[in-house]
Amino acid sequence: MQMSFREFVTAVHGMGFGAFFLLTFSGTLFELRRLCGSGGAPALGGGARRILHVYLIALCVLGWCAVFSGAYLVYPWYRAHPPAGTTDLGEFAQRKLMSSPATAGWHNLGMEWKEHVAWFAPIAITMVAFVMISYGNDLSRHRQVRKAVFGFAAAAFFAAGIAGFFGAMINKSAPVQGGAPIVIPGGASE
Amino acid sequence: MKNPAAETEGAPEAQIPNGGAAAAILSAGFGCFSIGICAWLGDAYAPLARFFDFYNPTGPLSGVTTSAILIWLVLWIILSKAWSRKSLPMGMINLSAFLLLGLGMLLVFPPFGDFLQGK
Repeated sequence: MQMSFREFVTAVHGMGFGAFFLLTFSGTLFELRRLCGSGGAPALGGGARRILHVYLIALCVLGWCAVFSGAYLVYPWYRAHPPAGTTDLGEFAQRKLMSSPATAGWHNLGMEWKEHVAWFAPIAITMVAFVMISYGNDLSRHRQVRKAVFGFAAAAFFAAGIAGFFGAMINKSAPVQGGAPIVIPGGASE
Repeated sequence: MKNPAAETEGAPEAQIPNGGAAAAILSAGFGCFSIGICAWLGDAYAPLARFFDFYNPTGPLSGVTTSAILIWLVLWIILSKAWSRKSLPMGMINLSAFLLLGLGMLLVFPPFGDFLQGK
């Protein structure tokens, strides 16, 4: 079993940072719901509060790692221009997609949307984490602030979902390939 | 006098003024709008696309996002210094932040951006 270096980095970007970012939303929304429940939330102890802060900071780090790894590691490989006369577009994903009307939309709509909307997620979630950490249980007393935090958390989830969906579909149609092979032990045929 | 920050539903008045949150919320909305407007301008005008080409392998996306992040962070710092000890009317700030977020979302949606450019 083996994968190329570019495939490995793309997997870390999408299935590592991106997927974990989406997964951690459930915990954030649960905590927001707890903080904002009627009658006020029971105050968290020091240990639980520290865990919540680490969780929220990890969410932000995942979001920023996802967009930076996407923009500065994977995207340059995706948009690379093939030398003149190249017929095998396997290592030039954007050109491969645009070479057929059946797949051009994955770039013209999918990538063009994903490459920008993805950045909304870490900006929004950094604000959400900042407010949740700064205000803690006091957030239950700020109804309008809670509304904004919920709204921006939902927007971050939406933006990350769009980026994740198109990332997966684009990589299915024209995977980013190339680089040194990485051999994964244990996958050899008998 | 009632503290306007205490938008409560029968709960005691808020301990922390809402100014810090207001600064974070409005600047986040403006940061999202900045991504939208920078992306749209870069797409519509070739000289701006060249300006945003901060890192050639990534292309204009590098400048669009770097500029938007800088705008967001600088605005957040300025608003935080001005508002952190204040209690502000959050309704107007939320409305502005969500309008900016929505406009940003629209501007990065390719069919809408193309429509504005008359493509």
